[in-house]
Amino acid sequence: MSALVLDGLTKRYGSVVAVHGASLRIPHGQFVCLLGPSGCGKTTLLRMIAGLEDPSGGRLVIDDKDITEAPAHLREFGMVFQSLALFPHLTAGENIAYPLRIRGANKAEQRKRAEELLELVRLPGVADRPVSKLSGGQRQRVAIARALALKPKLFLLDEPLSALDAKLREAMQIELKQLQQRLGITTIVVTHDQREAMTMADLVVVMSQGRIHQAAPPMEVYRQPADAFVADFIGLTNLLDGEVTAPGAVAVPGGQLHLPNLPPSGRVLLSVRPEEVIVHPAGNDGPNRLTGRLSFMRDLGASVEFRIDVAGREIVAVSRPQDRPPVEPGGPLSVEFPPAACVVLPPMGERPQ
Amino acid sequence: MIRRAPRTLAEHSPILFPALMLVVFFVIPFSLMIAVSVFRRVPGGFYEPDFVFSNYERFLTTFFGGVMSFSLGLAALVAAMSVGIAFPFTYRLVRLPRVNQIRWLVFLLSILSLSEVIIGFAWSTLLSRTAGITNLFVALGLMSEPMALSPSFGALLAGLVYQAFPYTVLVLYPSLARFDPNLVEAARTLGASPLKSFLTVVVPGQRNTIVATTIMVFVFALGSYLLPQLLGKPQHWTLSVLITDQAIYQANMPFAAAMAVFLVLVSLALVGLALLAGRKEEAA
Repeated sequence: MSALVLDGLTKRYGSVVAVHGASLRIPHGQFVCLLGPSGCGKTTLLRMIAGLEDPSGGRLVIDDKDITEAPAHLREFGMVFQSLALFPHLTAGENIAYPLRIRGANKAEQRKRAEELLELVRLPGVADRPVSKLSGGQRQRVAIARALALKPKLFLLDEPLSALDAKLREAMQIELKQLQQRLGITTIVVTHDQREAMTMADLVVVMSQGRIHQAAPPMEVYRQPADAFVADFIGLTNLLDGEVTAPGAVAVPGGQLHLPNLPPSGRVLLSVRPEEVIVHPAGNDGPNRLTGRLSFMRDLGASVEFRIDVAGREIVAVSRPQDRPPVEPGGPLSVEFPPAACVVLPPMGERPQ
Repeated sequence: MIRRAPRTLAEHSPILFPALMLVVFFVIPFSLMIAVSVFRRVPGGFYEPDFVFSNYERFLTTFFGGVMSFSLGLAALVAAMSVGIAFPFTYRLVRLPRVNQIRWLVFLLSILSLSEVIIGFAWSTLLSRTAGITNLFVALGLMSEPMALSPSFGALLAGLVYQAFPYTVLVLYPSLARFDPNLVEAARTLGASPLKSFLTVVVPGQRNTIVATTIMVFVFALGSYLLPQLLGKPQHWTLSVLITDQAIYQANMPFAAAMAVFLVLVSLALVGLALLAGRKEEAA
């Protein structure tokens, strides 16, 4: 049984479709990241789950209960907003105790819970401080504590770390993940930062133009992207257009590769990660190799990056410094695409089946 | 931008013009009025310079005390009603699409362009027996025969609130337009119903604006002297009406000036009290 089921959730603004039939099953206790470029509909999807936007179509089910029509204040989900939305007229403690106060809890109860939660987000002793006297990181923690005050069924965060500087953001990613594991709460985070998604998520949902392209664990999204968009958006990749010429053989610019898992015929797109591409000195022939010319090379200390011109297309390869072949910029070399590293995708512009 | 306090004459210069205007058009006339308030009235004539407090003594009576407290009470009621109606109205207004907002604002500005006289006569006609709204109620079968609703306290209150409403909306508008809608959404996800989130997040968050606007409408209503005469009975006449009466019809300038000075002092004191109460609550 899944905790949360999105069934063809759609949002239209006039003729603009912000979210196009999003379907997803999220098991209990999962950490989900909605990942995509800005304007891809990920925030709209989160707001529909929170009940802040009415879906134009589709259903939302939690624990077998249809909540598509339920108003936001009856859903009992905790949400952290991008702007944090802390109430400026209340102190940190009063902010956290707000949901308890409007439910009629007494002062002592409110106080006790606020202090418990501040302890939980590792920010003890600031309960009496006005929100305006807190730093960015502290406000972040107060917003998280407030969203967790009622032990919500679902914890929603909209770009929660985007206001923090890079260093603090990294630390908060790890801390947020640990917090989620400790509480075992089903969590959905909206982000445009793939590092953030890779760090925290059990399930990465890659979106673009209102559609879900792939929903899979981070490593699967990286190693087995569902289509060209995912392959290109997550990390760096080489995309090669190819045409299947014979069973198990595909013609690409500059030569032919022999791969398993090819469709019987037609056009395909190959995605190969730079670290999987092997660079050999010129003349060193073998299977699945193309010849090219080194156009640019940089030694980054921990790794060496090559940019190789193969039949007019740039191929990026990354290798360890000790595996670096003796080549100079402008010189010829041979590039190997190991069959296991080549992901076969439908050609650009076509939806995966 | 200069962030430190201005020191040289040149740095002070931008404030010279407004300061000059304030002196010429406020400080000098007001000082003259204070001076006149201690002058002695010459029966049958005008007044001559003197230094007497008899003008002030005259309204230390129950009659003037009653008029004074009625004026203050009426102004406070008008302020409370205007803000009470205009605040939720403006809150909804700023969430409307731009085009609709502009339509509403144009409509409100056109009410502002009406003079107090026109508003007064319009309302007294609307509430009259012969041509008023009660004729409509009779036609609809809600009443058996038309009746006069004006002059009355209700008519006066309606007219004053009608006149103050557009000002109130325009003063509340900028502050509410800047209000972060995420705050209300956050309250909703934390379990507050729409009404509860309005009362626990929007109203307290806008407290300073509400206090400032209430004071403005209060002072505005205190100065009204035409509407009480057009829509109210003589017992609804405010101190402003009496001041006008003394100054223009009784030609008793010193007494009118004394009443005006007293009115200014009392309203200043009340505004000060309101601000003080606001600050104390904030500190608590």
